[in-house]
Amino acid sequence: MSMSRRDFLKGAGTGAVVATAVGVDTAPVEGAARELKTKGAREVPSLCYYCAVGCGIVASVADGKVVAIQGDPEHPINRGALCSKAQAYIQVLDHPKRLTKVLYRPPGATEWQEKPLDWAMDQIAQRIKATRDATFRETEDGVTVNRAEGIAALGSAVITNEECYLLAKAMRGLGVVWLEHQARV
Amino acid sequence: MTNHWIDVKNADAILIMGSNAAENHPIAFKWVLEAREHGAVLINVDPRFSRTSALADLYAPLRSGTDIVFLGGMINYILRKNLFHREYVVEYTNAPFVLDPAFDFKDGYFSGWDPQKKAYDRASWKFQTEADGTPQLDKSLKDPNTVFQRLRRHFARYTPEMVEGVCGTPKDEFVAVAEAFAKTGASGKAGTIMYAMGWTQHSKATQLIRTSAILQMLLGNIGVAGGGVNALRGLSNVQGSTDMALLFNVLPGYLGTPTKKDHPTLAAYLEKETPKAGYWVNKPKFLVSLLKAWYGEAATRDNDFGYQYLPKNSASYSYLDLFEAMYAGKIKGFIVTGQNPAVSGPNSTLERKALERLEWLVVRDLFETETAAFWKGPGVDPAKVSTEVFLLPASAHVEREGSYTNSGRWLQWKWKAVDPPGDARSDGWFVNQLAHRLKALYAGSKAPKDQPILALTWDYGKDEPDLEKVLAEVNGYTVADGKPVKSFAFLTDDGSTACGNWIYSGVFPAEGQNRAKSRKADPPESLGINAGWGFAWPVNRRILYNRASADPKGQPWNREKALIRWDPNAELPDGKKGKWVGVDVPDFRPDLAPDAKGGGNPFIMLADGKGALFAPLVEGPLPEHYEPVESPVKNRLSGVQFNPLAVIYKADLDKLGNPKEFPIVATTYRLTEHLHTGSITRNLPWLVEMMPNLFCEMSRELAEEKGIKNGDAVVVRSARGEIRAIAYVTGRFKPFKLGDRVVHEVGIPWHWGFMGLAKGDSANVLTPHVGDANTRIQESKAFLVDVRKA
Amino acid sequence: MAKAILVDTSKCIGCRGCQVACKQWHGLEAEPTAFRGSYENPPDLSARTWRKVKFIETAKQDGATRWRFLSDACKHCTDASCLAVCPTGALFHRPWGAVDLDQEICNGCRYCVSACPFGVITFNERTGRVDKCILCPDRVEAGLAPACVTTCPTGALSFGDRDQLLGRAKERVVQLRAKGEKGAELYGERELSGLHVLYVLQERPQVYGLPEKPRFAAASVFPGFLMSAVASVVMGVVALVAFRERGGRGEE
Repeated sequence: MSMSRRDFLKGAGTGAVVATAVGVDTAPVEGAARELKTKGAREVPSLCYYCAVGCGIVASVADGKVVAIQGDPEHPINRGALCSKAQAYIQVLDHPKRLTKVLYRPPGATEWQEKPLDWAMDQIAQRIKATRDATFRETEDGVTVNRAEGIAALGSAVITNEECYLLAKAMRGLGVVWLEHQARV
Repeated sequence: MTNHWIDVKNADAILIMGSNAAENHPIAFKWVLEAREHGAVLINVDPRFSRTSALADLYAPLRSGTDIVFLGGMINYILRKNLFHREYVVEYTNAPFVLDPAFDFKDGYFSGWDPQKKAYDRASWKFQTEADGTPQLDKSLKDPNTVFQRLRRHFARYTPEMVEGVCGTPKDEFVAVAEAFAKTGASGKAGTIMYAMGWTQHSKATQLIRTSAILQMLLGNIGVAGGGVNALRGLSNVQGSTDMALLFNVLPGYLGTPTKKDHPTLAAYLEKETPKAGYWVNKPKFLVSLLKAWYGEAATRDNDFGYQYLPKNSASYSYLDLFEAMYAGKIKGFIVTGQNPAVSGPNSTLERKALERLEWLVVRDLFETETAAFWKGPGVDPAKVSTEVFLLPASAHVEREGSYTNSGRWLQWKWKAVDPPGDARSDGWFVNQLAHRLKALYAGSKAPKDQPILALTWDYGKDEPDLEKVLAEVNGYTVADGKPVKSFAFLTDDGSTACGNWIYSGVFPAEGQNRAKSRKADPPESLGINAGWGFAWPVNRRILYNRASADPKGQPWNREKALIRWDPNAELPDGKKGKWVGVDVPDFRPDLAPDAKGGGNPFIMLADGKGALFAPLVEGPLPEHYEPVESPVKNRLSGVQFNPLAVIYKADLDKLGNPKEFPIVATTYRLTEHLHTGSITRNLPWLVEMMPNLFCEMSRELAEEKGIKNGDAVVVRSARGEIRAIAYVTGRFKPFKLGDRVVHEVGIPWHWGFMGLAKGDSANVLTPHVGDANTRIQESKAFLVDVRKA
Repeated sequence: MAKAILVDTSKCIGCRGCQVACKQWHGLEAEPTAFRGSYENPPDLSARTWRKVKFIETAKQDGATRWRFLSDACKHCTDASCLAVCPTGALFHRPWGAVDLDQEICNGCRYCVSACPFGVITFNERTGRVDKCILCPDRVEAGLAPACVTTCPTGALSFGDRDQLLGRAKERVVQLRAKGEKGAELYGERELSGLHVLYVLQERPQVYGLPEKPRFAAASVFPGFLMSAVASVVMGVVALVAFRERGGRGEE
């Protein structure tokens, strides 16, 4: 078995060249096998976050981490393709600037404070109740109108249908009429 | 979309106008190019030569804000050359309807204009009727009062010369477009129109989109494979969020929100809002079922099914109104979910200032957005801002499950891949928690105002809500046994069914059967209907108005791309013969024969079943060009400068610019590499690397005039404010020659803001609070600026 | 069987899915950039940017604007200069044509950087080695297409047997010419005894920054083959020492 230039070099660990008739040997050699980074990963079908084409994506999960997000080859719309934005989305997941704690900014403060989630939810519920109670209009010109006029809500076109439905239901339930989102921008 | 993404491949001509699909919907271009490979002609009309233009067979420039003239010119061309689809127009549209002779249009106004009230009296915008109340018809289309003749006369002024003089499109380039697209008027041919915010963000946007609908109906392009008027929507679930009514004027399924004036009671609502004919006669079933879904046992026949619990509108609470009210100090608390108005809203200076007047603000997002951080934005002294801000970390989309509805109305399920980090939670969790906490805070209250909250059904689990349970409620169920209804056809108005959103009914037709999860794709060589992939609303119908894909006798105009046809021998479940069959779900009563009464009326959502060439909107029943509210030129079509019913806000920061000070037209747009406000994408290094800085695109001619070189820093200024950007001098923008005048236009992407990895000024500092007359969407695609070297 | 990528510029929309797919799959870092009066960024291919889309604005004689996009990366030449001058054998041909690069034995001598007629290979200051597109051998040998090709929405990039793609490319050129694209031509069939990236171009190669006649550059980099052999030994050692000093390859 002849030794390729590369085997030889790898063995020698330094430069030397096997001469051939034409002066260079560019014959192919078997390189070390390179392993697919998604090998053995759990493949979870999802949808792209960005525009409304509705492309299918597959998140490859290994050891609880998403190791790749690729186009879903079975998806009839994108058939495995993705644009640059979708290819970059994976950078969101472990992003150093991503929010993982509640940040709270009291009136007049110049900095955020980290707060527990449960505390924040309690505070928010209390603010909503206080504002609702203070600004509620029950009737107008003798008609029951049940409006929480001091509260507005915006969003969102990037949350699921089920979440949108719950949000609409909760806000209308509270009497919020200032309910809008990106669809009107 | 009337059609869907894959269906674009079935087109013979594709008109991309008011959108930039190659850049903003790149994967859609898969299907655009597939059509092109099969011989379709690809046409792009846009103020600047974009990545879409680069692939187009025909590109025509037009000045921003003049699309109605361009489309009106095409309508005129088609009518003048007799290129319309006559049988379709006569049988399927209101073209042969005879109008009241009092209807008129003169110098920019339709009959009925009241200059004092600044509104129309619509009394003359009606058809002459027969004794039985049906419209008078002239199928020869010759009566001068037919809609057809009125339309012809109305658009006769929109000549190729007018197009050149107003749009700045060279006449021969316009004619080439008109000619190419008009070919789809032949029976069996299909042309599609793809539009987006390039059409919606104008003060006459609704009329503009209607112009495209008129064009498509004249060519017989509605309801057919490869046809349609297709809105390319911009966010993953913006169709779903619209369907679910996160908008002030609708409840889920496009049921109008009740108003104090017209709908004080359920009876008044149903009386006023239920038409006498067309599919909306079922509206009471949809509304009552919604009330049952929301208020459950508290919704009884005796209390009008809880109708009183619903808030009643007394004004417009649209996006612009919301920020005007906040700026005026009327709104105290604000909950913002996955949106960044400090960058996306027009006149951002006003909108950021409005946030300072809040008592409290809740923002839920993945990163610290400009909206959350408004109190430390440019020129803001945090010490003087008393707004309390809660910024809650949200889970990313692969960290939560649920369904999205794409632009083609496909509901698709996504599965959760991993848990979110730290305290990041889904928005479902947030709303669920909030509802539980508020119900607890109000528990035991006897005050009438608190009953809507206490009555609200809310049983989705404790933390992460059970989203399939939510979807089952959205689908609808029979109250007695809680079993899902198969479709909205099974809903009732007697309180025996509940349904959260009637148009989604059928997505969860039986227990455990979530059709959003369906994953059976059609083979690539098929028409691309993909009935087994996801679930399309309504009732898994993939192409709306598909009755119109068949001729009046029920046979397809195009046999190779047939959607449905009438089969007189096909058997119905009850043994009777004759039904509509085909690859798509008929948008029609399945057993209604073509020769039966109404069998040739394809547009079942309309009372008369005919496509409305003539259709009253607030500023008229036919589209008419008006200049943008800010424009450098006088309206050449009439003495009315801009849409008389455009909504113009007048707070102290709502300034309008005049063309002397601001002679340059500006438009905003998006790039492939960023999404909207960039709240995510401006933080992602791989995207920032490609598009690091804000720039302003301009022609070489304008740059030379202003002494600006490619790459120079420039200041762009409007009446609202100014921003800094890098000049991008390019041959892809050309000055518009309007007669003997030259008008320059510049373009600015609106992705930048003061937070994130890639920071920059926001284009929306420049845009005005001016709204479309019907939708109040802002006019950010045509406004005035000046540009100088920094 | 030789494989290749076919780049059909007439189908490219410049979405840059390929550019980022490459970064994602290979975990390549972003580079700091600034807007330079063009959508194109980063300015050049590099050890951290193996593939990028070129944006080329041209004006036709009638004044009509054209915007051309070219997804650019290593061409995987048959007569690969980089491989010829590589003293360590870090660069090598996969049997199906890819010019692969073994980071473990690259000594950072940079001969290949000078030798490459396309300016594809660059030196990474941080790792002390060179880097470039390797045509995703991990994917290809597992039966997948390279990451860039897989993500391409429009078919501007395709992957397969070189012979078949060559046939398709020739048909495409004929088709484009018939449609009025008079400048359509094929690039890569014979250049350097055949590239493993074939191009259907709509303009002359130089418009895209592709050399009309790329030269096998080993001879121009060194006076002669034997000389190169000697030099590579000497300089290879020097380079290795240099890395050790910088701590770039401390583990070896």
